[in-house]
Amino acid sequence: MPTSFNLAAKLFNVVLIVQEFTLLCAQTVAGLVRPPWYLREIMLQLDRIGVGSLFIVMLTGLFTGMVLALQGAVQLEPYGATMYVSRLISESVVRELGPVLAALMIAGRVGTGIASEIASMQVTEQIDAFRAEGTDPIKKLATTRLAACLLMIPVLTVITNCIAILGGWLVARLYLAIDSYFYWTWAFEAIQMDDIVQGLVKPLIFGFIIAMVSCYAGFSTKGGTAGVGVSTTQSMVYSSILILASDFFITKFFMAFA
Amino acid sequence: MEPMIAFTDVRLTLGDRLILKDVSFEVQPGETRVVLGGSGSGKTTLLRLVLGLYRPDRGSILVAGQDITGLPERDLFQVRQQMAMVFQDAALFDSLSVRENVGYRLWEQGLLSDEEIEQKALESLKFVGLDDILDKMPAELSGGMRKRVGIARALASGAKTLLYDEPTAGLDPINTCLIGRLILRLKAMGVTQVVVTHDLETAYRVADRMILVVKGRLAFDGTPDELRRCERPEVRQFLDPGSLPSEWKPLPNRDDITGEPVSVSRRDS
Repeated sequence: MPTSFNLAAKLFNVVLIVQEFTLLCAQTVAGLVRPPWYLREIMLQLDRIGVGSLFIVMLTGLFTGMVLALQGAVQLEPYGATMYVSRLISESVVRELGPVLAALMIAGRVGTGIASEIASMQVTEQIDAFRAEGTDPIKKLATTRLAACLLMIPVLTVITNCIAILGGWLVARLYLAIDSYFYWTWAFEAIQMDDIVQGLVKPLIFGFIIAMVSCYAGFSTKGGTAGVGVSTTQSMVYSSILILASDFFITKFFMAFA
Repeated sequence: MEPMIAFTDVRLTLGDRLILKDVSFEVQPGETRVVLGGSGSGKTTLLRLVLGLYRPDRGSILVAGQDITGLPERDLFQVRQQMAMVFQDAALFDSLSVRENVGYRLWEQGLLSDEEIEQKALESLKFVGLDDILDKMPAELSGGMRKRVGIARALASGAKTLLYDEPTAGLDPINTCLIGRLILRLKAMGVTQVVVTHDLETAYRVADRMILVVKGRLAFDGTPDELRRCERPEVRQFLDPGSLPSEWKPLPNRDDITGEPVSVSRRDS
């Protein structure tokens, strides 16, 4: 087959995927504003996503803060500015590292779970069974998971940020002998309102990406149990890439309007 | 009498594969219609078309007098409330217990109280002889039990038409017989049923009328007796595998096999 034909077919496939993904996003978001609400399912997902991810995001935050304190101190020491390490930690965590690292961890834990669950339902005809029973599977499965992600991922990010700053304080106290008063004063002074806004807008967008990419991967599963594995991997890979890429554009947007 | 389901010149392609070509048939109210055909002949696709899970390229499909071919998904949900499907592997919802699976549609409709739904679920499970597994999860059930729970779910929904996709596939003779009896009981109660199967024994037992699908085309439409007497080659090929071309004939008996025995040795690493 000619290469140009292969390329055209691949391009057509990409356009088709973008079209399907956009349609799924539109239907899922529309489901947020029309009944039925499936509150029980939303509560279940809030528990799975929120409470279930609490431990890993706390660990992520703790070690991120601790390593930032160690590395930051090394960089600041030649200038005699080690005591300002908390400024570096709080600003970088609230703006960038907290939202991004928490989102990547949640994509790994929650996103893959959503994708594999929906994919399994797809290959065992449960999605068709929902439709046959008169239930809209997009509303039942995708909208509820999107709502839970939009509600819980910002909360988890704030917790990650707090634990990271706390981890930095532990290292500052135990290894760098920085006074607690100085640490916390500079930590809070460094955070401005636009940092907080940016730190809350990012997890909302990342939550949307994780929920929608995972749901799309699940719903588009083909090829039996092997397809479930493929969809799960795809959800992780595409969520991570989109999180990192969108982080750049959101940061550019805020820098332009700051 | 207005047919419960009517296909007229239905054609369907999926991707570049022609699945059904100019298929026309009717299912009357209270009738048990069996759809026969080999694997991949398009039998299951017929059921999916009835439910509106696929849309035909051409032709019309009437369900209770309503043409569903052009209906938007939201209106199709209303049409689907009149029917229930028993999927090939039952398609029970993994995260719900047997009780919740059986009462699922009633809970979704929200028209009955929890007690009434429980009662209906229990009655349906009693009908299929499984009223002692209410709190079990689908993963804990055998294949036969899953199929019977699938039938109970279809019954509890109060649907006027039941669609079965290979209800006896993969089941032992006892469970096959049980499912056959359930279909006969429902037939006696006047429920309209469409049974997709390639199990001829069950088909002859339960059918009022039968259709045979061969490579997406309707090769036969008539009663079980007419099918037995039909001399059309594609029908005979399906009913009597001995009439297949020699390369497709069943394997010979063990005693008929000749030739040198093959020796297999194990090589230890």
